[in-house]
This record gives sequence, C-alpha cells and structure tokens, in this order.
Amino acid sequence: MTQINLIPSRSPPPVPPPQDLYAKRKQVYPKLAHGKFRTVKWVAMGVLLGIYYLIPWLRWERGAGVPDQAVLADFAGERFFFFGIEIWPQEAYYLAGLMILSAIGLFLVTSLFGRVWCGYACPQTVWTDLYIWVERAFEGDRAKRIRLDKAPWGLNKAARKIGKHLVWLIIAFLTGGAFILYFHDARMIAQTFFIGEAPLSAYWFAGLLTFTTYALAGTMREQVCTYLCPWPRIQAALTDEHALNVTYRYDRGEPRGPHRKGESWEGRGDCIDCKQCVQVCPVGIDIRDGSQLECIHCALCIDACDSIMKTVGRPTGLIAYDTDTAVAARAAGMKPKYRLVRARTVLYFFLMAAIASLMAFGLLNRGTFEVNVLKDRSPPYVRLSSGLVQNGYTLKLVNKAGETREMEISIAGDEGFELNVVGIKTDAGEPILLPVDSNGVDRYRLLVTKPEDAIDGRKQFQLVLTDVETGEIHTNRTSFMAPGD
Amino acid sequence: MSDHIKDIDETTGVETTGHEWDGIKELNNPLPRWWLYIWYASIAFSIVYMVIMPSIPALPGLGTNTRGIGNHSDRIKVAEEIDALRLERAGAGSTLVNATLAEIETDRSLQQFAMAAGESAFGDNCATCHGAGGRGAKGYPTLADDVWLWSGTLDGIEYTLRHGIRHEQDPETRYSAMPAFGRDRLLTRAEIDDVVNHVMTLSGRGGDDAEAAGRGADIFAAQCATCHGDNGTGDHTIGAPNLTDQDWLFGGDYDDIYNTVYNARNAHMPAWGDRLDDPTIKALSVYVHSLGGGE
Repeated sequence: MTQINLIPSRSPPPVPPPQDLYAKRKQVYPKLAHGKFRTVKWVAMGVLLGIYYLIPWLRWERGAGVPDQAVLADFAGERFFFFGIEIWPQEAYYLAGLMILSAIGLFLVTSLFGRVWCGYACPQTVWTDLYIWVERAFEGDRAKRIRLDKAPWGLNKAARKIGKHLVWLIIAFLTGGAFILYFHDARMIAQTFFIGEAPLSAYWFAGLLTFTTYALAGTMREQVCTYLCPWPRIQAALTDEHALNVTYRYDRGEPRGPHRKGESWEGRGDCIDCKQCVQVCPVGIDIRDGSQLECIHCALCIDACDSIMKTVGRPTGLIAYDTDTAVAARAAGMKPKYRLVRARTVLYFFLMAAIASLMAFGLLNRGTFEVNVLKDRSPPYVRLSSGLVQNGYTLKLVNKAGETREMEISIAGDEGFELNVVGIKTDAGEPILLPVDSNGVDRYRLLVTKPEDAIDGRKQFQLVLTDVETGEIHTNRTSFMAPGD
Repeated sequence: MSDHIKDIDETTGVETTGHEWDGIKELNNPLPRWWLYIWYASIAFSIVYMVIMPSIPALPGLGTNTRGIGNHSDRIKVAEEIDALRLERAGAGSTLVNATLAEIETDRSLQQFAMAAGESAFGDNCATCHGAGGRGAKGYPTLADDVWLWSGTLDGIEYTLRHGIRHEQDPETRYSAMPAFGRDRLLTRAEIDDVVNHVMTLSGRGGDDAEAAGRGADIFAAQCATCHGDNGTGDHTIGAPNLTDQDWLFGGDYDDIYNTVYNARNAHMPAWGDRLDDPTIKALSVYVHSLGGGE
C-alpha cells in the first residue's frame, strides 16, 4: 500500500489572512419584478392584510350579555369567540388542536410545494413586501435607491427618507393598533385608545407591535428569515427532493454566458447571465447556486427570468417550481417523474383529516353544560361527633347556554350516603335544587356523609344532576374516603 | 514602573500581564468589546438607578437617605395604593358588611363571593395553624368537622374570629382556664391517675382498672363537672370540651389526658378584629362555616 501524502512536504500550508469573524450586512436592493408570481403575491398581500385589518370589525349577533364581535379573544370574560364558535377556558384543547392542525398543514404544504408559506403567507414576508413597496414609492426602484444611498445628504434625500420612515411608522402603528382590536370590543377600544382611556395593556401591546413591525419589516427584513426565524431550519427538514421548490434548471441553463442577438443558441445554455434573478431577490441570493437556506421561495426570480426569456426568444421556465429529482433526471437525459403522492404527504393528509374531523365532531357534539367535582384533599375526610364520616367536595357547574338552569342533585343508588349542599336547606326527601346562571360557572360546596360502620370499602359513588326542565342528566363519578384508606 | 520590562509571549506575540502561576502566564489581551459595552452600560444604568431610586442609605450625621424621584419604594405611596384598592373593593365588600351571615350563606352570588374571598383570606391567615382546608393538627382544632369548643354557628365563628381565644389584649376575648391540677398541687398523682381512668370510660374507652375509674368518678364530680358537666359533655359557653366524643384536641390516649390534667392546656388564638377588615371577617366566617361542620 502506498502512502498518500495529503500535505505536500515542500512548503508549509499557506496561512489564511486574518479576517473578521463578523461580516456586516450587505444592503439588499430588490428590484421590482413583473409577472404571474408577483401578481399572486400582490393578491395574497391584499387578501391577508385585508383579513388582518378588517376581521375585528365584523359583528356576530350572540344575544344579550355576550359580546357581538365575530372574532374576539375576551380575556376579561374568559372566552374566545370565533364566529359561531365559543371556546371556554375548559376547552383550550381546541386551540391546541388548531395549532397541531396548523403545524401539520405546514408540513403537508412544505412537503408538496416547498416553502410556499415563507414566500407568500408569512407575516414577515407580507409586511416586508408592503414596506419595500413604500420604499419604492419614495425612493424609486433598485438603481435609484442605490444612487440615493450613495448620494450626499441633501434636502431631496432627507425628504424621501423621512417620508418613507413616516409611512413605515404609520403602517407599523396601524398593525399594532389592529392587534389589540382582537382582544377588546373593536369599536370601543378604537375610541378610548385615542382619548387615553384604554387599559394600559392595550397601549403596551400596540406599542410593542408597532415597534416590532417597524424594526422587523423596515430594517431587519431578510435577516429575520435567515437568522431569527426557526422555520427555515424546520422547513428545510420537511422539504425534500420531490417537493416543488423554486429551482434553477441548470440542465437547461448551463453553460451560461452573455448572448448577442442573432448568435446561435447551439452548444450553450439558456442563461444569459443577466443577473435579473439576483437583482429582484429580496434576500439577496443567487438562485443559480442551488437551493439555499436564505431562499424564501417567493418566486420573484421566476418572474424576472421569464420576462428576460421572452425578450431573448427562449422558452420561459428556466427558473421554475421544479423538483431536484426532475432536474437530475433531465440532466441525465431521462424523463422527469413528479411524485406528489408519497408516503409522507399521504400521512400528513390523513393526520390532518383525522384531527380536523375529531375537532369538528367534538365541536358539533359538545354540550352546553359541564360538571366538575373537586374532592377536598385536605382533610380527605373528617369524623363527625355523630359517628358519621364526612367528605367535602367543590362542585363547579358550567352553563354555556343563554338561559338559567336549575339542576336537581342526588347520589345514585342508596348506599347510605347523605348529601348536603352548604347554604341550601331542604327537608329529608325533598329534592336539592341548584340554580346555575346563564353563561357562567357556579360553585357549590357539597358535604357527603356516611355512617362509619356502613363503609364497606367501596369508595366510588356517582353524583347525578338532572335538569329540572329538560330532564337532561349529567353524571359524575367521584370518590369517598374514610378512616383506614 | 520604569523598570518594567515587556514580557512578550513567543507563540502569540502578545504581551503578558507579568503574572505567573505554576509556569502559566496570562496574556494581556484587550477585553472583548461586547463585554466592555455591557460594562459601560451598567455604569450608566447604575447612575440612572441612583438618581431614580432611594439607593443611598442615611449615613451617620447626614440625615436621611436619598429619596429618589417618582416615589419608588415609598411607604406612603404604597399605603395610598392599598387604600385606593380598599376603596375599589368597598363596593363588593359593603354588600357583605350589610348582609347578615345567614343571608350571605343562602344568597348564591354573595355566598360565592364570600367563599372566594374567605378561601384566600384563610390561606393567608388561618392555614398556618389550622391547616389547608381547616384540617387541623394536635392543639389546633379541625374546622372541617362538627366538633366545636365554643360555638360553630355563623355568629359564633365570627365572634371567635374577631376576639380570638384567650387573647388577653382583647377584653371581649373568649376566655376560660383549666386549672393545672398536678402542677398546682390540687390533686395528687394517684388522684389524677384515677380521674384519667374515669375520663377514658366517658368516651367508651375504659381500661382494666374499673376500681380506679370508680374512684375517679368522685373526683370528676367534685373537680371537673363544674365545667365539663356532670356527664362530661362539655359546655360551649365556656369552651369546655365534650369529653364523651372521640375528638381530642390534644390527644385522647392515657398519657395525653394525664398530661392535660396535670399541666392544663390553654391554647391561644389571636383576635383578628383589628387586623382584618369587616368584609374579610365575614367572608372568613362563611368560609369556615362551610368547611364541613358548621352548626
């Protein structure tokens, strides 16, 4: 076996010149693209911003005593309202379910179409896009902006910069202001906010969202996606060689080079190295280097490239939504295969369907009445002087309906248990009636007794609550503790 | 330091501090910039802090401490805020004050308000001795059962809360004293043994010594019945425990009872009338009454 010398013995390896560990951010000046994906993005921006700003103003009639805002996180009243759905604190699992659903939805979409969330729907993308639009309105497109930044300070430059930041701040404030509308009655808080009578938390969150919007969309932009956001890392793990990602088709584009009109296209690629794809990129990368972490897959490079391909008379789609396998297949001279139905996409789809139907079933079948029994743990039981053993319970009755109910409470079967409700005196044999307010939780204190000599080791019993009017029955099993347990 | 000779580290070319430990020298590298900035920021912060907060204490002969600006950590300000909070709560509190205890317990909304207020007040003030949920302990009555030394009615509980038990600063406190029969030489050890044997029989736990118990009955009638009653059933009005039940505040076995008769036990509870406001006392009364054994 011959020994391979990796390091040539003649001279020591060259020492790399010392360099700073930190690189300053390179200012990105995205150029305005025109094309179908840009149009999709304008529409997506309009729709998403519209939803965000307008939803709090929608009303939804719910009856007296309940807020009639369609979407409202009512912390004071401990309710979450979403159109016809009303979520109580006891049902926070619906929110958990919604989050799980969103997460799997993101998995599914990512495994099918790559990072479309990042490119079109992420708030960071939408607001940054809006901010760049404002920037363009004040300072012009790419070339003008670069010139303006290099130019010495003067009245014109100052006016444009101040105008831009002013509009940015207004948008930021509208964003922060709209956020608090989701937590209070929109019409009320919008009025009280400006006369200084809104709760402190409203000002705090409006201020916080104003600041973050301005900072993230105005000054940080692509750095948020690259350095702060965990999604690119997670999504990079979810997307694979079969996902439709924004892809430079190097099989068609290489070898690249400038092209003069009239010259033959034989023996060269379609990429004329015009760098339009780089100039429109909001994260400042070259898609022709392949799939990259920074890429938010906004497809603006597709639009830029397509318009160039049209002018030079080549087919569009040199940069397109494509898969790594397809590019590799074509490069090898084979026909590309697209596989959108794969084990993982099918799994995600069915997981989503299962969770969604579970939640829908729960929502459609949930009752308007709930019974919770909390057994006293301290003390677990007491002996009464009469020789009875007594256990204490706290009964919580949740009435989500709009009308008051009256529930008759009893213990199932007759096993020597005797039930008393503190504050309610009834004669023996008479039913114990518990009124429960509409849209509220009522608490009662129960005392259950049993003679010590009648306790035969059974520790469970059932509380039965019967609606006096409708006859609806709710049972709740709880335990009874006695000396010796 | 004119005689200071620069010591340059060979490998890195950086000057050392001149300190050496076991042959290891420390390089005199500059501090990291981020570290310096944080340090400068801390200095700036401390100056601002010293101005705003009452940070410099009174030195001997220099009068009072610096007061700072904006009333931070100001006792008067805190007291004002507490008063404002009291005023804010007065609305709900006044409905408690104006209602009788029986009304509070039977009016659903008042009861739920009182129970919530009482539960938190109990946790803050009472649970230390009486245990969470009034479970009690040796020497500290269980409030969840139906055995009451003085009174377990709503009004009785309120009176005990307000004036305490043997709380000498309060002239209206509940007071009674059991004599220390042994320590004060009122009874001999043998007599105490007899009477303890008798007391054990009162609650059906008599021992083998029927003879002693018989002698004890006479002593009981002479010495104990005045307070505990002829049959040992006790007396609420003077807080004399019922000796015929199974509930023993200080323990019910022979040694415990012997100890009680010899030394006497007179437990104390502070009066809360001057420490807690009226609505809190009322809420506590309703809460304690609801714990399980209210009369």
